[in-house]
Amino acid sequence: MRRPLLSLLAAASAILVTAAPALACGGLIGPNGPNGAVNLLRTTTFAGYTDGVEHYVTSFEFAGGGGSFGSITPLPGIPTDVVRGGDWTLQRLIRETDPVEDFAFRALGDGESAAADEAEVLLETTIDALDITILRGGGDEVGLWARNHGFRLPPDSPEVLDFYADRSPIFMAGAFDADAAAARGQALGDGTPVHLTIPTDNPWVPLRILGLGKTPGELVEADVYLLTDIKPALMPNAGAFAESDGLILDHSDAARESLLEDLRSDVGMEWVPDEAWLTKVVVSSGASELDFDLAIDASGAGRPSAIDAGYAPFGSNRAPGAPVALYLLLGAMMVIALPLLFDRSVRGASRTPPFAGA
Amino acid sequence: MSRTGRIGLTAAALLLAVTAVVGCSASAQTITITIHYSAFDPPRLTVPRGVPITFVLVNDDPIDHEWLIGDAAFHEAHRSGTQPGHAGVSTEVSLPALATVETTVTFADPGTLLYVCHLPSHESYGMVGELIVGG
Repeated sequence: MRRPLLSLLAAASAILVTAAPALACGGLIGPNGPNGAVNLLRTTTFAGYTDGVEHYVTSFEFAGGGGSFGSITPLPGIPTDVVRGGDWTLQRLIRETDPVEDFAFRALGDGESAAADEAEVLLETTIDALDITILRGGGDEVGLWARNHGFRLPPDSPEVLDFYADRSPIFMAGAFDADAAAARGQALGDGTPVHLTIPTDNPWVPLRILGLGKTPGELVEADVYLLTDIKPALMPNAGAFAESDGLILDHSDAARESLLEDLRSDVGMEWVPDEAWLTKVVVSSGASELDFDLAIDASGAGRPSAIDAGYAPFGSNRAPGAPVALYLLLGAMMVIALPLLFDRSVRGASRTPPFAGA
Repeated sequence: MSRTGRIGLTAAALLLAVTAVVGCSASAQTITITIHYSAFDPPRLTVPRGVPITFVLVNDDPIDHEWLIGDAAFHEAHRSGTQPGHAGVSTEVSLPALATVETTVTFADPGTLLYVCHLPSHESYGMVGELIVGG
């Protein structure tokens, strides 16, 4: 019936931050254009996790204007590949959990300072009018890189970047060139999906970054879709959300076969498992209250990480690290204590989507 | 030495000592202000008037900031200002990311001034400090 535990542990988790009034997978870090126009309407994100590899799909949507705009997204690991994403994965997930809405399929377009070093650039690529850079570094290094590459980070960014860098020093910076998009003939609302392949042991969904640059009372709204082999345990509240938390468990059920088939038929989505559990979490929170991330445990152990949720500082109780450190400490104590004890004892004793037109 | 002479010498020594103390308090001072997570530390200062104060402004953040000090009218003008940077004015300092800049200011009149970062949304985020100039 289900896959072995190892496979379950590496369950597919699909994340979609989408639709509704406002959404973003990353914090907006512009504008930088000559006219200051806000031309990146939103970014949407999908991530899937199977066999220790996370598939992360983000869509940058063109909203007109000129100049450039961008976002920065914390990642749980270093991507081994960054390519153009599939055409309908994100929309298909929205349709699955919001069937009442008359969803019309829309084909996606082709589309001096320097006291510290900049972040290390691990990968650079251009997809349509979108320049993607994968960075590794602490909050200062990533912030400095963004600053030196023309993006004006908001005042809360130093703290937010440190919040993520302490846990995972990998970030994706996306710079959307609206002039290039217009030159390519991209229409308003056209999106550019990006698919990242990320080997990692700890899938989590960045939520705090959604409030970057917002005023404390400003509302952050997003939909987060998770696709896992079994029903996942989540933190905060491990899947038992209340509206007061700013997180609402909107959907939790076995994924229908038709959904999985549709997802699997999209570009780069062949990893989608035969059976899965679909969860939808609605984020509706004031920016100042959204000071956590969504930790996922799809292993069946029911123990999402407080560190991955941002509730505990990195290194406080990281499961693989803490016991090793403890054993090393105990070993060192034994090395010191045994001779003393011994001494004492001696002395002392352009494809057609499967649901088009549906 | 006569008793009168000893008294006179003692009085002269005391006068010299008092003068030295006063002289110390009136000499130039150095104050360090650190910016971390887009907040001034310390957020409140008191300085004497008529004394050169050297501010060591340490930007601990990976983003640019400003340190502009003045009265309400000064800040109102800067809130809608379009200057990309500040140079040559001791009360208006641009602070690049992770940089340290020194500036020396002598405050002639007593009163309360504010030091503010006027980059977009930084003031509303809380980048405001208060400086009291003593009499």
